[in-house]
Amino acid sequence: MSPEAQRGLKRAGLILLIGGGFLAVALGIGWVQTQRSAQTAADTSPVPIGGPFTLMDENGQAVTDQTYRGKWLLVFFGFTHCPDVCPTALNDIALTLDQLGPLAASVQPLFVTVDPERDTPEIVKDYTDAFHPSIVGLTGTPEQIADTAKTYRVYFKKVPQGDTYTMDHSGITYVMAPDGKFAAHFSPRTPIDTMAAKLRGLISGKKS
Amino acid sequence: MKIVALLLALLCATSTVQAADLTVRDAWARATAGQSKIGSAYLTLKNTGATADRLVSATAPVAGAVELHTSIQDGDVMRMQKLDTIDLAPDATVEFKPSGLHIMLVDVAAPLKQGARFPLTLTFASGQNVTVEVAVMGPGASGPTVTHQH
Repeated sequence: MSPEAQRGLKRAGLILLIGGGFLAVALGIGWVQTQRSAQTAADTSPVPIGGPFTLMDENGQAVTDQTYRGKWLLVFFGFTHCPDVCPTALNDIALTLDQLGPLAASVQPLFVTVDPERDTPEIVKDYTDAFHPSIVGLTGTPEQIADTAKTYRVYFKKVPQGDTYTMDHSGITYVMAPDGKFAAHFSPRTPIDTMAAKLRGLISGKKS
Repeated sequence: MKIVALLLALLCATSTVQAADLTVRDAWARATAGQSKIGSAYLTLKNTGATADRLVSATAPVAGAVELHTSIQDGDVMRMQKLDTIDLAPDATVEFKPSGLHIMLVDVAAPLKQGARFPLTLTFASGQNVTVEVAVMGPGASGPTVTHQH
């Protein structure tokens, strides 16, 4: 092979190498973009958390998800025979409302019992009022509670304890937008400041 | 003036009881919420001795039964578990606090109201009994300090 031909081959190889490199980078960018758009689609598409429910409020009135349209909902599932976790969660909600000041008027916290066997409307009313007057307690038939929990993808389970029982339950607080769509969720032990800041952002974003 | 009175009350609330090798301090409970007959008390236990001990039971005249419990966070699920005993290694401090170890008051005869006090007796494997005065705070209080009120 002539030196010229050798140089030509080398050049071709170099071009191939550079080209391949570019191709790899382009493919990489394409892959990342595809991932990103898939993620964006997941973020904006309706997340199937929350939805229609029929329950009984603390005054014995039948209520549905439609009853609370126009309000930002804070939905927490618990039970009144819960001495440690539920008071903590309800107190966190009460302190969050206080931090929101006037914005709290557009928030409706709902405490849905997972123990309808023991939690009558009157009992959930007295219980929730001990933490904040604006928290509404909801109960219902065992079927209504199970359906609502399913809609919110909430886990709960009756656990026998001696001659009585306790309930395992999800400690998540859901934020639902005034149109009834899922907006955010708070895990157990989310700091009050974090909850208040998130809600303030959501509420004022809606207004502007 | 009200604040000063409140602070004074708080200083009194966080008393310390010392038995032979055991220190119990900051005993407080949440007021029962609504018609609830279930309460929860919290405190800090310290074994100042050189030998291990174990909290085996507790009693309180305000409750039909007293149980040792812990709340466990398993992912986003909260579970409550009954404990038979709580170990106290030499020099160990065990803190009972919301969303963790708690002393569950079952069948509370009359509502526990904020500002009230009641005795709680802790029994240890060593045979020691320690009685502490428990200060009742708000229904959602997170510690033996100023609580949120409406």
